[in-house]
Amino acid sequence: MEKSLGRYIWSNTRLQQMWILFVVAVSMIPYFLSFDLPKQIVNGPIQGTGFDTPGATQTFMRLQYDFPYIGKIVFFDGLQLTRFQMLMALSLVFLLLVVINGLFKLYINTYKGRLGERMLRRIRFELIDRVLRFPPSQFKRVKSAEIATMIKDEVEPMGGFTGDAFVQPALLGGQAITALVFIIMQNFWLGMIAAAIVAVQGVVIPRMRKRLLELGRQRQLTARELSGRVGEIVDGIGTIHGNDTSNFERADIAARLGLIFSIRYDLYQWKFLVKFINNFLAQVTPFLFYSIGGLLALQGRLDIGQLVAVINAYKDLPGPLKELIDWDQARQDVQVKYAQVVEQFSVDRLVDPKIQALAVEPINRLEHSLHAVNLTVSDDTGAPLLRHISVEINPGETVAIVGNSGSGGEALAEAFARLVWPDQGRITIDGTDILELPESVTGRRIAYAASDTYFFHGTLRDNLLYGLKHAPLTKVEYEGKSAIRYKWNISEARKAGNPELDLNSDWVDYASAGVTGPHDLFNVVRPVLDAVLISQDILDMALRSTVNTATHEDLTDRIVELREALRKRLKKEDLDDLVVPFKLDAYNPQATIGENFLFGSIKRPMMTNRKLAAHPYFRAILRENDLFTDLYTMGLEIAENAVELFQDLPPDHPFFQQLTFMTADDIPAYQQLLQKLKGRGIDAASSDERTSIIRLSFSYIEPRHRFGLLNDELMAKIVEARGRFHRNMPDDLKAVIERYDPKKFIASATLMDNVLFGRIGVTQADGVDRIRIILRDIFDRLKLFESVLSIGMDFDVGSGGKRLTNVQRQKLNVARALLKRADYVIFNRPMPALDQRVQDQITHGIMEDLHKEGRPPAIIWVLSNSALANLFDRVIVFDNGTLVEDGTHATLLEKNGIFKELVGT
Amino acid sequence: MLLKDEVEMLRRVPLFSGVAPAKLKLLAFTSDRVSYKAGQTLFHQGDPADAAYVILTGAADILSDSPSGEIKVAEIEHDSIVGEIAILCDVSRTATVRANSALEALRISKDHFLKLLSDYPEMTIEIMRVLADRLSHTTTELSEARSKQKQAAK
Repeated sequence: MEKSLGRYIWSNTRLQQMWILFVVAVSMIPYFLSFDLPKQIVNGPIQGTGFDTPGATQTFMRLQYDFPYIGKIVFFDGLQLTRFQMLMALSLVFLLLVVINGLFKLYINTYKGRLGERMLRRIRFELIDRVLRFPPSQFKRVKSAEIATMIKDEVEPMGGFTGDAFVQPALLGGQAITALVFIIMQNFWLGMIAAAIVAVQGVVIPRMRKRLLELGRQRQLTARELSGRVGEIVDGIGTIHGNDTSNFERADIAARLGLIFSIRYDLYQWKFLVKFINNFLAQVTPFLFYSIGGLLALQGRLDIGQLVAVINAYKDLPGPLKELIDWDQARQDVQVKYAQVVEQFSVDRLVDPKIQALAVEPINRLEHSLHAVNLTVSDDTGAPLLRHISVEINPGETVAIVGNSGSGGEALAEAFARLVWPDQGRITIDGTDILELPESVTGRRIAYAASDTYFFHGTLRDNLLYGLKHAPLTKVEYEGKSAIRYKWNISEARKAGNPELDLNSDWVDYASAGVTGPHDLFNVVRPVLDAVLISQDILDMALRSTVNTATHEDLTDRIVELREALRKRLKKEDLDDLVVPFKLDAYNPQATIGENFLFGSIKRPMMTNRKLAAHPYFRAILRENDLFTDLYTMGLEIAENAVELFQDLPPDHPFFQQLTFMTADDIPAYQQLLQKLKGRGIDAASSDERTSIIRLSFSYIEPRHRFGLLNDELMAKIVEARGRFHRNMPDDLKAVIERYDPKKFIASATLMDNVLFGRIGVTQADGVDRIRIILRDIFDRLKLFESVLSIGMDFDVGSGGKRLTNVQRQKLNVARALLKRADYVIFNRPMPALDQRVQDQITHGIMEDLHKEGRPPAIIWVLSNSALANLFDRVIVFDNGTLVEDGTHATLLEKNGIFKELVGT
Repeated sequence: MLLKDEVEMLRRVPLFSGVAPAKLKLLAFTSDRVSYKAGQTLFHQGDPADAAYVILTGAADILSDSPSGEIKVAEIEHDSIVGEIAILCDVSRTATVRANSALEALRISKDHFLKLLSDYPEMTIEIMRVLADRLSHTTTELSEARSKQKQAAK
C-alpha cells in the first residue's frame, strides 16, 4: 500500500480534488463581493452620499471592464435608481449574495463529506481485502480484535481529512499570504516583523508537536492492544472462569488503562501548552506593532494611517494561520495513524489477487493426480513436521493416512489444503503448484475438514451451504425504487473501488452439489446428514423451534394431516394415553391450569404472563363466577404444600429442581404470606399478594403435583371461563394470543406442540423419547422429513457456532466438506470430540454408503483409529515426519512393519 | 392417586418404613410417577443406571440375558424397590425389568436417591440391612450349590 497518506488521497481523488479547488476558487468571488457591499449600503443610500438632492438618482449595476489594448467595454448600462430604490436594490443584492454563499458552502461541504466517506469506504475495503489475502502464517501473529479496531476506528479520521487534504491549505494559505502581503505593502519593516513571527510559529510549533505525534502514536497502539485484550477476554472467558484468573485479568486491564490514562493526560497537557505558546506568539505581534510601530510613528517615520491599516490587516492573519496550523496537526496525526495501519497490513507473500479472482463458470473436474514433490513443512520454531515427502494421490483413490498423532499425516493434509505453505518442495496438480492455482479451483475441487471448525453467525443452512457460495450465480431483477437504489449502490461502489457483486443474488452453486436448485437440494443434503449421524439432532432442533409460516408452507399447510396421522398411529400402537389432546370443550388434565384457561399460545415477546395477568379483560373474566376465589384458595393450598415440603431444605438441595412453580428463594416469602393469610378470606390479601398466590395455581398440573386440588366442578368452571374469555376478546389481546385451533398451525408454538396438539402424559414412561421416534417415522411416511429438516436448518447457530455442541459442529464440518462434491476430499482427524464408536460408524457410513453413484472422489483421511484402514484402497504410514510405508491394507499387514504394530494385531 | 396415598404405599416398603411421613411426602413429590403397560420395560440390562423404581401397583419380571436367551430370575410385586443396587455402585443394569401387568411406579432419580441416603441415615442402615440379607442369602445358595457339585463329583 501507498506509504504516504497525501499521495494515497491524491492518486485516488485527483480529479475530484481539482474540481473542488476550482469550486472553492469560484466561491471566493461572491464571498469578497459580500464584504464590500455593507460599506456601499451604509455610505450610499443610508448616509446619503451621492444623493445630495431629493430625487437624485444613481447608476445601479453598470457592468463595464477596462480591457488592455481594447479599451473600456460596457456590458450593461445600468439602471437609474432613487435613494430608496437603491437601498432596496443593494439590500436585495446582499440577500442574494448571502444565499449564493450559503449554497456554495452547502455544495462544498457536501462534496467534501462525500469525498471523505468514499475514501473511508475505499480504505476499509482495501484493508479487508488484504486480510482476505494474508498468507496463513500471518494469522498466527495478529489478534482479530486489533485488526477490527484498525479497520473500524483507526482509519475513521482519514475520511474526514480527505475532503480538507488539499482545499484547506490552499484556501487558508491564500488568505494568510494575502494578509501578509498587504501588511508588507503598508510598511516593509512591520511586514517583516509579522513574517518573522509567522516563521517562528511555523518552526517552533511543529517541533513541539513532534512529541504530540509520538504520544498520539502510543495512544493508538495502547488502545489497539486494549481492544485485542478485550477480545481475548471474551474469547477465553471459559478458561478465565475455569482457572479463577478473573482478577489477574482485572489487574492487567487496570494496568493498561493506567498506561492509556498517563499517555492521554500527557497528551492533553502538551496540547494545551502548545496552544498557549501558539496564542502567545500570535498576540505578541500586535504588541510589537503598537510599541515599534508607535515608536516609528512618534519619530515621524511612519504615518498613523499606515499603522492603523497594518493593525487592521493583521486582524485577518492569525485566524487562517491558526486554522492552517490546526490543519497541519490533523494532517500529521492522520498520517501517523495511516502509516501505523499500513505497516500492519503490509505483509510479505500476500496472496496474488488473481488467485482469488471471481469465477462464475463451473470449474472442470481435476483429472490429474495430487502430487507432493519433496515436500518439507516446518512449524513456527523451524522444527520439521514433514521431511522430503514425495507421494502421489490418484483421482478416485481412497487413502488412509495412519501414524501416531504428530507423526506428519496432519501436516501433509494441511499442506494439501493449502493451510500451511511448504518450506521446500511443492504440491502440484498436472504440473502446476497448487499455491498458484486459483482458489476457484482448489476451493471447489478440494474439500477439507479438520477438528477445528468455524461457523459463521447465521442459520445452520447458511453454514452448511457455505462451501457452495463461490460467485453470484443469478442476476436479480430490480424494479421501481429498488432498481434506482441498486443502480446508485453500484455506482457508489465503483467510485470507492469496491466490487460490484450483488449479495442478494443466489450464491449457492447447486449444480456443483449435483442438484438443479433449492427444491431438490435435500436429495443430496439428507444422505450426507444421515452419514454423519446428525439428522436426529436437526430434527430435534426443528421440533423445539417455532416455524416461520411464510417459508415453510409445505409443512404448515399439512398440519391437520400430520395431527391425524399421529392420532391414528398412537391408536394403532395402543398408545392413546401417551398424548392428551386439546379439546375446546374439555379440560386437559396434563396441561397447566393457565394453559387450560388460555387455550391458546402467547406471542412472545409482545405479550408475557405478567402483562396478561394485569390486563383488565383477563381480570374481569376471572372475577365472574367466583373463579378468582377458587383459584386463590387453590394457590394458598399449593403454597402450604410447597412450604411444608421444602421449608427445611437448604436452598441448593437438588429436590428444588422438582418444584416448578417457585424457587428456593421464594419459600420464606410464601411462608410469611401463609402466616398472614391462612384461615382468612381473599379480602384479607392485598392486590399484590393475591397475584403472587394466584400465580401458583396457574402452573398446577394435577397428575404431576398430585396435591388433589382439582375437582370436576372446578375443571368445568375453567372450561366455561375459557369460552367467555375467547368470545369477546378485545382486539389488542386477539393480536397477541393465538387460540388453539385443530385445523390451523399455531405460529407462536413450537413444531412439537403443533403436531402433538396436546400434552404428553406426565406419568408416561419415556414419553418424549417414544414420541420423537414415532414423529420421525410419521414425517418420513408423509414425505415431510425434508421439510422438517429444512425447519431445523433455520436454527441460528450463534456467534462462532457456539449454540451448537462441539460434537454437532464437528459432524456438520464433515458434512459441509462432503456437500461440495469435490474431487479430493481431505479429512484430518475431523471428529475427535466424538466417541470412538460413533467416529467409526460415521467413517463406515461415508466410505461405504455415500459415494455409490456418480464418480466417487478421492478421499484422503488421516485416521485416528488405524483399525479403519481396511476401508481404504491404500494406506500410507507416517512416522516422525517421514513416510515409512505405502501400500494396500493387505500388503502392509504382511510386511510386519510399523503398520502392523499400529493396528495392534 | 394422590401424594398422600403414595406416602401410605411408600411406608409399606421396608426400605422406607423407618422414614418420617413428611420426608416420604417430599420423596414422593420429587419423584416422577410413571405408568407402564404389561410388556413395557422399566429398563434394559446393560443400560446406564439413572434411577431406582418403587413399584406402587402391579408386578414385574426380572430377566437376565443368557446365551440361551432371556431367563426369568425373579418376580417383584408392589411395595418393593428395584434398581437401587446399580445406582449405589455405579454399574450398568444387571438385569432387565419388564412389567407383566399394568404397573405404576415412582421413579426416584439417582441424584435424589443418593441425597436421601446422605440426609437420612436410617435409610442407609435399612439399605445395608437389605444388602447384607441378600448377600447371606446368596452365600447360602452358593455353598449349597458347591456341596451339590461335590456330591455329584463323588
